[in-house]
Amino acid sequence: MKMAEPVPLHKPVPGFDVYRLREDFPILRQRVHGKPLVYLDNAATSQKPLAVIEAEDRYYREYNSNIHRGVHTLSQQATDAYEQARAKAARFLNARSPKEIVFVRGATEAINLVAAAFGRARVKEGDEIVLTAMEHHSNIVPWQMLCEQTGARLRVASINDDGELLFEEYKKLIGPRTKMVAVVHVSNALGSINPVKEIVRYAREREVPVLVDGAQAVPHVKVDVQDLDCDFYVFSGHKIYGPTGSGVLYGREALLKAMPPYQGGGDMILTVSFEKTTYNELPYKFEAGTPNIAGGIGLGAALDYVTAAGLDAIAAHEHELLAYATAAVSEVSGLRLIGTAKEKASILSFVMEGVHPHDIGTILDHEGVAIRTGHHCAMPVMDRFHVPATARASFALYNTKEDVDALMAAVRTAKEVFGV
Amino acid sequence: MSDLRELYQEVIFDHNRKPRNFHGMANANHAAEGYNPLCGDKVKIYLKVDNGVIGDVSFEGSGCAISTASASLMTETLKGRTLLEAEKLFETFHTMVTGPEVAHLENLGKLEVLCGVREFPARVKCATLAWHTLHAALHDDHHTVSTE
Ligand SMILES: Cc1ncc(COP(=O)(O)O)c(C=O)c1O
Repeated sequence: MKMAEPVPLHKPVPGFDVYRLREDFPILRQRVHGKPLVYLDNAATSQKPLAVIEAEDRYYREYNSNIHRGVHTLSQQATDAYEQARAKAARFLNARSPKEIVFVRGATEAINLVAAAFGRARVKEGDEIVLTAMEHHSNIVPWQMLCEQTGARLRVASINDDGELLFEEYKKLIGPRTKMVAVVHVSNALGSINPVKEIVRYAREREVPVLVDGAQAVPHVKVDVQDLDCDFYVFSGHKIYGPTGSGVLYGREALLKAMPPYQGGGDMILTVSFEKTTYNELPYKFEAGTPNIAGGIGLGAALDYVTAAGLDAIAAHEHELLAYATAAVSEVSGLRLIGTAKEKASILSFVMEGVHPHDIGTILDHEGVAIRTGHHCAMPVMDRFHVPATARASFALYNTKEDVDALMAAVRTAKEVFGV
Repeated sequence: MSDLRELYQEVIFDHNRKPRNFHGMANANHAAEGYNPLCGDKVKIYLKVDNGVIGDVSFEGSGCAISTASASLMTETLKGRTLLEAEKLFETFHTMVTGPEVAHLENLGKLEVLCGVREFPARVKCATLAWHTLHAALHDDHHTVSTE
């Protein structure tokens, strides 16, 4: 395994004040095991700013009611707020129209929706779906289920020892049988940023639609779906400072129109009789039943928050943290980074000689440092690197160099406790 | 740090570094595999049982310090015990690592070094994986045991 290359330093953006932003996150003020909380499990879920907490709170206190179906005032207010959130999501991704934004429970549901609805209509026996070796389970299993139902099969593009996609090999997998390319934008286990724009261009030249799993990308990288030219883009609200149970499926309008619905029920119909149902227009065709109204409104507030802080400034700040942490890790003997791609975002996955990640996690927790240990829902990645699990620190806009220092001090404590 | 030291006692490090009875067993008459999907810990338990007595027991696998030490200590403790005694030990051990009350620890012997686990609910499954797998082996349950 190669040593980690130092990550180049980005210039900090003037006006980005991490200490001021931290004030917006009440949860960060607490102590854990008597130590100030150092929250570095952001790739699992991020903390929520007051703006998000208050947006949900205000909905329940002031205008809670069902949407799209009432003439009364509260229902109109709720509908407006929910649809404004959709418009915010459309602007955030630079979609052509809010019609292309389907609200879902999260990235997992979005991928399942596409696999079920698009897959059912388009995928047949002998067809192929191309994935990469660094997908999250949620971008593997729905496609596997589709293959079981249809007789299609998965093709999986390899990665190198740094955790980078082997692009030339990848291209060879995309052929006349390929019906879908599904690729993670930023790997949650490795931090690698995939060249999704090039992937989309290559696939679309061959008329293969592309789904991009942006769950780990949107909090760290500016995304423009028109520029990427992808067909589907999915993310979860809770990883971008929004509520759990909220999320977005972006789909190209023509494709969404051609797809059959995912679930049936209220809201997704125009007329129903026992003989025939006509489906509602986009995006409501894919939103059966009462949605997570508070969650959608909260997600809108989260996207506003991120936009106000500035994604470029956030990215530069987090990049600096990653570079700082990467350098610190290389100074500690017995530590090895898993995932050393040149293009990386916000994720520091590592293993320690002689100490299992689970033990690292317990000792760090004792020092107030919250990280994730395990396979990160990416067991094929663990197999690729011949490790059962890793310890993973992941950064958000509110993390500081002091957080990295606390992480490294706790890592040294773990070494001490284990005598390695 | 104090309850950390209680969790990670010297005996645990010793068994983690040099696990006892850490090998396969060609002539085993009971075996089972256990898996903790949360942390990826895997263990396989082998037993040779004659006339209701555990003549030999060994394990293979990979895991954290707690699960490795627990498996190692378990194999040491079980040799020469009757199946009834083994089940009883499991029960007592389970109570020790999960219970709010300090259970009657008589007969647990060295296994008592794992009592610190009680303060770390997230680690109980690490300590009990080998025992659940033992239970499956003795009941000839051929599915992989999962802690989830
Ligand atoms: C890359 C990636 N894709 C998809 C998901 C699934 O997200 P959710 O569980 O919010 O649906 C995750 C969450 O960990 C992820 O990291």
